[in-house]
Amino acid sequence: MPENKDFEDRLRKARERHGTKSGASGSGQLPQGGTWGVGFRAGVEVVSALIAGVGLGWLLDRWLGTWPWLFLLFFVFGGVAGVLNVYRLFNPRNAGK
Amino acid sequence: MPAQGWAGERDLAAEGKTIDALGQFELKTVLGPIGHSVGFTQSSAHMLLAVGLITLLVMYGISRQAVVPGRLQSLTESAYEFIQGLVIGQVGPEGKRFFPFVFSLFMFILFGNLLGLLPFAFTFTSHIVVTFALAAIVFVLITVVALMLHGKKFFGYFFPEGAPIWLAPIIIPVEIVSYLSRPISLSIRLFANMVAGHVMLKVFATFIVLLGGLGVAGPFIAVLPLTVNVALVGFEILVAFLQAYVFAILTSIYLHDAVHLH
Repeated sequence: MPENKDFEDRLRKARERHGTKSGASGSGQLPQGGTWGVGFRAGVEVVSALIAGVGLGWLLDRWLGTWPWLFLLFFVFGGVAGVLNVYRLFNPRNAGK
Repeated sequence: MPAQGWAGERDLAAEGKTIDALGQFELKTVLGPIGHSVGFTQSSAHMLLAVGLITLLVMYGISRQAVVPGRLQSLTESAYEFIQGLVIGQVGPEGKRFFPFVFSLFMFILFGNLLGLLPFAFTFTSHIVVTFALAAIVFVLITVVALMLHGKKFFGYFFPEGAPIWLAPIIIPVEIVSYLSRPISLSIRLFANMVAGHVMLKVFATFIVLLGGLGVAGPFIAVLPLTVNVALVGFEILVAFLQAYVFAILTSIYLHDAVHLH
């Protein structure tokens, strides 16, 4: 189907123009996988950011003796960082530049 | 070497009429009293085996240098070119000097994953300690590279240009936590994939034995989990390649961030 191919071509060009083409340039892109793969990756990103946030907060608390306030604060930061990680999964930081 | 792996303890599991899916990940020392005194486990043995096999493969692959490559030479060359293309494509021409690191990492993980699929073998990538150690090496490397290349400018990474300054108390901790979560997500991804795959294989393998012992009809029903297991082994070979590839490409992406800093 020529129209279809033409459309795909124009879409790709438009995406490149607007810098929304996912992934970095060059060979070797992250495999997209199925819906399960994407869900698993997003889940791992959220969980690991939470672990990092909670761990950092706990360590700072132990160091400064402010238990549990920094722990609670960094729990929230961990959650935000998890959302940020998932966002970056689909919109990499260097794609626009 | 004692019987290990997903096939090794089937009889034991079937005798107790329970499914012991996690026993395969237990560490046991090998090499008798010497191994016991230094804590040399089957995990360490498989790591040495993987390193030895990779060395043999690469040494043999480059020893002939035939114009028309044989099987092993073309295997070595295609692995080399695959990772070289990946690193240079992601990091750019400056990435050439990181190629040995990414190549060793990729081959080590790939051989760990594939060796673990053999009967009686142990999968060292199914331990979070191992995967986290590998991810920590990557994390230290990208941080040191970024600091060496950019010095103080590296800390600008945690605060994007153009963001309003009053947002700094929120953005900076979030960016730091996000940066620190990289080795964790890198290690959890590999570890979780390997554990999940091997638990599935073990569960279905135990089903075969348990159903097979159910009188006359048992062996016929046991064909069903056997079919599932055959498919799973194929799927696990795919996962073994894919996870080694994902680890290598994420390392390259992080190296790109460290070299170009944005």
